[in-house]
Amino acid sequence: MSAQRERMIGARKSGDVARLADAIPYAKWMRIAPENGTGELLTRMRYHEQLIGNTFLPAIHGGTLGAMLEMAAIFHLLWETETETVPKIVNITVDYLRSAGPRDVIAAAKVTKQGRRMVNVFAEAWQDDRSKPVATANAHFLVKSADEPPAL
Amino acid sequence: MDDAGQLELFQQWFSDSIPHNKALGLKVVAVRKGFASMRLEWREELVGDPETGVLAGGPLTAMLDSCCGMSVATMLKEPKPFATLDLRIDYARPATPGKAVIAEAECYRITRSVAFTRAFAHHGDAKDPIAAAAGTFMLGTKGEVTRAQSIGEEAIGSETKI
Repeated sequence: MSAQRERMIGARKSGDVARLADAIPYAKWMRIAPENGTGELLTRMRYHEQLIGNTFLPAIHGGTLGAMLEMAAIFHLLWETETETVPKIVNITVDYLRSAGPRDVIAAAKVTKQGRRMVNVFAEAWQDDRSKPVATANAHFLVKSADEPPAL
Repeated sequence: MDDAGQLELFQQWFSDSIPHNKALGLKVVAVRKGFASMRLEWREELVGDPETGVLAGGPLTAMLDSCCGMSVATMLKEPKPFATLDLRIDYARPATPGKAVIAEAECYRITRSVAFTRAFAHHGDAKDPIAAAAGTFMLGTKGEVTRAQSIGEEAIGSETKI
């Protein structure tokens, strides 16, 4: 059993969703982690100065918003679906709707279509007001369920 | 301005003074009118899958966004604030652990309101891409023009130099 799969099962059993991010160096470096305090799986990117892309406004770098939307989609798939391996991203389209200020960013994801191998996920990110998203994304992931052969 | 001077100017304003680009350690490796190239060194902090050492998608997204943005800056005839409108990334194959990634972006069309860009990320062979990107940018967005957004004309000049 891979360490990642063990962690996933451990996180599911304990209900401690934050453990999903523990083993991902990039998530730690970016301070991106899932949380489920409200009963809904959300992903939070904690504000720190290294996220800034425009010091004049100031605004968070668009690349980091794309990155956290991608992570939000991955955490959602790991938590809410039966996938037992880290989903492989095929592509992502990010729409930038508003500039994001120097504060935490929160994201939620949902599966638009679950196929046997391919999943289409929608994710949106906001700051103070969920009805005013700063960015949204659509992404495709290859997933495999436990009963399928490992080769994709 | 000579090539070394241009590189230094773009390095300063598109990486060293943009906190996230500086944190990633983005290095500007080439710039000319309508074209920008950057380099990202592999490092452990940027890994998405600790079992393989493959980079996460995020650092590539941020680099491709910045590189596309820099290609837009080279096309501006006058300083103008601009922002990414949308960015699509196709992940053609995983990045090889330990290897630096090169991004090359082209701004192939610019209008009064929108700039269109394409980019590839690879390990040195553009024919073997890790990711392909298409980004559009909104020009004349609110806020002050940043230094990065205003150096195109100064560094590249309004004459085509390819």
